Amino acid sequence: MGRSLFDKVWDMHTVRELPGGQTQLFIGLHLIHEVTSPQGFQMLREAGLEVLRPDRTFATPDHIIPTDSRTRPLQISEAEEMLSALETNTEQSGIQLFGVGSGDQGIVHVIGPELGLTQPGMTIACGDSHTSTHGAFGSIAFGIGTTQVRDVLATQCLALARPRVRRIHVNGELSPGVYAKDLILHIIRTLGVKGGVGHAYEFAGPAVEALSMEARLTLCNMAIEGGARVGYINPDQVTFDYLKGRRYAPQGEAFERAVAWWKNVASDPDAEFADQVELDAGSIAPTVTWGINPGQAIGVNEPVPRLSDLPDEDRGTAEEAFGYMELNGGQPIAGVPIDVAFIGSCTNSRISDLREAARVARGRRVAPSVRALVVPGSEKIKIQAEEEGLDEVFREAGFEWREAGCSMCLAMNPDKLVGREVCASSSNRNFKGRQGSPAGRTLLMSPAMVAEAAIRGAVADVRETLH
Amino acid sequence: MSSLERKSHRGQAVVVRGYDIDTDRIIPARFMGRITFAGIEEGVFADVRRAPDGSPKDHPFNEERFQNASILIVNKNFGCGSSREHAPQALNRWGIQVLIGESFAEIFFGNCVALGMPALTASESDIASLMDSVELDADQEIVIDLESMTATSKLGQIAVSMPEGPRSQLLDGSWNGLHTLLSAREEIRATANRLPYVDGF
Repeated sequence: MGRSLFDKVWDMHTVRELPGGQTQLFIGLHLIHEVTSPQGFQMLREAGLEVLRPDRTFATPDHIIPTDSRTRPLQISEAEEMLSALETNTEQSGIQLFGVGSGDQGIVHVIGPELGLTQPGMTIACGDSHTSTHGAFGSIAFGIGTTQVRDVLATQCLALARPRVRRIHVNGELSPGVYAKDLILHIIRTLGVKGGVGHAYEFAGPAVEALSMEARLTLCNMAIEGGARVGYINPDQVTFDYLKGRRYAPQGEAFERAVAWWKNVASDPDAEFADQVELDAGSIAPTVTWGINPGQAIGVNEPVPRLSDLPDEDRGTAEEAFGYMELNGGQPIAGVPIDVAFIGSCTNSRISDLREAARVARGRRVAPSVRALVVPGSEKIKIQAEEEGLDEVFREAGFEWREAGCSMCLAMNPDKLVGREVCASSSNRNFKGRQGSPAGRTLLMSPAMVAEAAIRGAVADVRETLH
Repeated sequence: MSSLERKSHRGQAVVVRGYDIDTDRIIPARFMGRITFAGIEEGVFADVRRAPDGSPKDHPFNEERFQNASILIVNKNFGCGSSREHAPQALNRWGIQVLIGESFAEIFFGNCVALGMPALTASESDIASLMDSVELDADQEIVIDLESMTATSKLGQIAVSMPEGPRSQLLDGSWNGLHTLLSAREEIRATANRLPYVDGF
């Protein structure tokens, strides 16, 4: 019987088995940012320890960075203190920092792949739940808490329980106007927000193999929203082509040796999985959330479900969502007015996302009642988009064009919803209060759908424009 | 018994009902702006405890009778979403020392163990009865025993569970795993040496 990529990578990184069934796992790449690392460095100092492998640790600020003016000192003193702490900690420990204005700064899950740091067959940890993103390359990548950040800094290891591996096999192909974002929202809607707890998800099948590297990152990014701490895709030619020539990728003959090794870590054709789910990509429509968790999602032309359509277990949260979102069961989601449109986040801020949104926005105008912003995922993406003229397309349409950062995904910087605003958002979480107003409301969708909603002033099917 | 051992706990409980209570709800992001966890308990459940004008809303953490609680009883998938350790830190610094629920999100569970805070699961029906009982009599003391894996309330005893690894760490006081991880320095080096990417292929 063959082995899955997960099993191969896990076994290669096993330092030893610990009493009680956990594994001491070596972490090949540790990414850190300003919000969940300073307490970890403090704990390290209190324990009298130093960073074991600064050469395998990389840092960038993203969560608290303002996306308009980034002049130092930052206007919010706590943010300035946090940014300074990251600078001091990395400098003292000899860790490479991709700072603001370096040309390399950006959302940690955007720059890892962009710089070629993220590679197949690695274990990758970061104090952020969306670390699952990096699984798009065929790595085992997961979010950790701050005490675990300390553990990785001190030992380059974590103590973890081995999850089961579920294969999600997606047949067919996505229709025009339907993206990886719609696919992952559909998967979470189907398997539930806790369906993946205790599991790693392997995404496979023709519809997954057909995705670009950037679309694969979007897919794996939201595995955690389905409860799966890890989501991954087997590396293939798309992966290798993406990596070739990137700064931290192997160069020359080393690259050829790496490709041979990377091919070997992919799941064997007869690999065994705990279970397998089959889905058909062709039946998926542009998907929008109507509730307060990412599993509360529907096709744009479907009505919001009635309580009677839902399993008993989901009714309590659905009722809570109806009240919070001011939506009713049976109501169409298309036509729901929006106040804010946000294109950005580690889910959907890459150049292909911006191109698709710009294709929708070109020559049109944002509805007068809508505040719209586009936040590129990295300084590199911002420059590339400007070279392609995308910034002009957005500005002429009435979008604000910002600097790289997490922005309005999580409300740790000045970009926030106000009051009861409804936001069409390309981010990953529609939790109550997530976007910074305790009463703010979020509708998750693809960047193209956000652009369409911005222009129409309400949720609408982007396929009507793309056709 | 060393102060790190978590063999048993006796205390009052507080009930927070609901599925999929995420870590943004437990601690909203605006309370995460500081470089230490000190004072983080100020923000615990902030947006469901206080209206935007600061006036209190109905929430168990606001109720006088639950102010001494050290055991938190919850439903399914508690702690989903963000990996922020600020969530269990805020609960812990507010006074919670043990959680009992139908299920917990994975990263949250690990973060609880890293703080020496057991997160135990029990059946849906046992949780439902326990919640009802605590709401009727908040003064009752509940006894959690990690050796027998039981929780005893005035209703009687229920079985609780937890994966064996974290359980044994809590029992013997080794839940602060740093020293265990550190003690394998040679094996860590050997593992790194057999991974071709570590030296660039």
